[in-house]
Amino acid sequence: MAAKGKVTFSRDLCKGCGLCVSACPLKILEMDRETINEKGYNPAYCADPQKCIGCANCAMMCPDQVITVERF
Amino acid sequence: MAVVFERTKGLRPVSTHYCPGCTHGIIHRLTAEALEELGVLDRAIGVAPVGCSVLAYNYFNCDMQEAAHGRAPAVATGIKRVLPDKFVFTYQGDGDLASIGTAEVVHAAHRGENISIVFVNNAIYGMTGGQMAPTTLAGQRTTTSPLGRDPLHAGYPIRIAEMLAMIPGAAFIERVSVDSPANVRKAKKAIKRAFEIQLEGKGFSLVEVLSTCPTNWGIEPPLALKWLRENMIPYYPLGNFRDKTKEEATDE
Amino acid sequence: MAKILMKGNEAVGEAAIRAGCRFFFGYPITPQSELPEYMSLHLPKVGGVYLQAESEIAAINMVYGAAGCGARVMTGSSSPGIALKQEGISYMAGAELPCVIVNMMRGGPGLGSIQPAQSDYFQSTRGGGDGDYRLLVYAPASVQEMVDYVQIAFDKADKYRNPVLVVGDGVIGQMMEPVEFVSKPAENLPEKDWATTGTGGKREPNIINSLYLDAEKLERHNIHLSKKYSYMQENEQRWEATGLEGAELVIVAYGTTARIARSAMDNLNKKGWKIGLLRPITLWPFPEKGFQLLDETTKHLLVVEMSMGQMIDDVRIVNEGKRKIHFTGRSGGVIPSTSLIEEKILEILERSE
Repeated sequence: MAAKGKVTFSRDLCKGCGLCVSACPLKILEMDRETINEKGYNPAYCADPQKCIGCANCAMMCPDQVITVERF
Repeated sequence: MAVVFERTKGLRPVSTHYCPGCTHGIIHRLTAEALEELGVLDRAIGVAPVGCSVLAYNYFNCDMQEAAHGRAPAVATGIKRVLPDKFVFTYQGDGDLASIGTAEVVHAAHRGENISIVFVNNAIYGMTGGQMAPTTLAGQRTTTSPLGRDPLHAGYPIRIAEMLAMIPGAAFIERVSVDSPANVRKAKKAIKRAFEIQLEGKGFSLVEVLSTCPTNWGIEPPLALKWLRENMIPYYPLGNFRDKTKEEATDE
Repeated sequence: MAKILMKGNEAVGEAAIRAGCRFFFGYPITPQSELPEYMSLHLPKVGGVYLQAESEIAAINMVYGAAGCGARVMTGSSSPGIALKQEGISYMAGAELPCVIVNMMRGGPGLGSIQPAQSDYFQSTRGGGDGDYRLLVYAPASVQEMVDYVQIAFDKADKYRNPVLVVGDGVIGQMMEPVEFVSKPAENLPEKDWATTGTGGKREPNIINSLYLDAEKLERHNIHLSKKYSYMQENEQRWEATGLEGAELVIVAYGTTARIARSAMDNLNKKGWKIGLLRPITLWPFPEKGFQLLDETTKHLLVVEMSMGQMIDDVRIVNEGKRKIHFTGRSGGVIPSTSLIEEKILEILERSE
């Protein structure tokens, strides 16, 4: 299945709040427990980019403007 | 491929001081997007409050004034009277607007002052460490209502939108919430409409935005949204409380 | 231009308009209400705005907003009203915003009385608001001088980016005297490139602010303000000295009290006494330089105030223990008589003989 959208995270701006994770209708966003960003948080990332539909719900809920959304 | 969402130019390219998951960040973005989309960034003058959003002057990408606690509507009045053709808005929290600054906001509304206010209600004093606010719900525990707010002792939570909607000079009053993507989109629409009301010279406009305080509520950010939905919205119902432009249309 | 007869409060309003003030945010209080009344009638005629605020606090914060946009703006009140304005005054000093504030002083403390007093000297010169700040404070003694100093006050406010306070009292506000409006060319004033007028897409945003969360940044800001205040102390002291040469006793009094003191001085000098008068025109900076002109013959300073004694503290500071300092005055709205002052002087001089 081809992705319909693409989300890009400015990782170092992320405060790890998880609002994007809870807003994603496809449940494909996760907190990256392996990485600590410049601010000292586990940043969010897209664990399954192929499924992204580009709905922008994640960006809509992100308080820190971390996410850019593109649609194909 | 098209970019469907990117950072607004209405915000400066800096990281905010807000706690993780604090919805001030969302409301800043909505305000800034409205400024950008209406093309008023270069003639906007914003007024920042005292409280968690005290540093808003560092975030909005336009001229800003920092007001004393609660006085933002008075400061905005001074600005608008000097520069009636500029776009003037305040961004205020519930301690600032609904407690110490009630006189200023009520009278700005009565004067029909042609300014716009983004009023953020998170039912608590965040900056000072989670004390009871005028908007704190009955029974809600805070550091100064440790057993829960008792209305018989501490009074009832204040409903600003309903109160201001009764004022003849108020042109547009709406309450929105940022607890879900759908509600965030509605909030954006309301803020933009409130700003348009000013640009049309119709008078005072205010949007009350229900917001969270995960840190001082002691609730994880996604669950804080749920708490807002289940506890705040029943007491602070969403919706438009006043739209003079629609009333005028009906009159005709 | 011919002289015209005007009430003090109204003359202040006219002087402000002639000085280019186009915005006045007021709240009624006796004995200064003729000032907002005058402004409400006359400002709209010159394209200006008079707005009655819901409180003195709102009024001074409207002044803050207007001053932040670079406008020449004014507010006026009387003692308890000025007490309420202290919040905004401190914020304006911190954010370096120019404005002119008029205080037609009445008796205090609290609601006090509505009669003339000078009991806001501490409030004026020590700052009723929080923090390390100073106001330039003018205390004219006649309606004409009020008119002259209102114009000067606007120029100095712009020059220093600082609030300027002009204090009168119920007498100066209410009495009618002939005045002449002579417009002086303004000093070469700096461009207000800091004002929030919209970026116009041509510059970075301007921010009007008095918050410095970083302690060291706030200290640097306070040092900057302090240097400005030192410069003002060096350059802005104003006073009027009469009969200092050979004087045995010099009266120190300002405003209305100085006029009464002058009569007392004249009465005694006619009888052969050698009395002088030093009248501070700036209460801050206190005219220290005027006191350096005192003659060796002067052994006594008599401070006369319409208060229980406030300016006397500054006289003690500049006197550095050199001369004996005495006080007389009335308070609560009672005006001291010439005989009160004359009797006090005779008591001092006859006792020391």
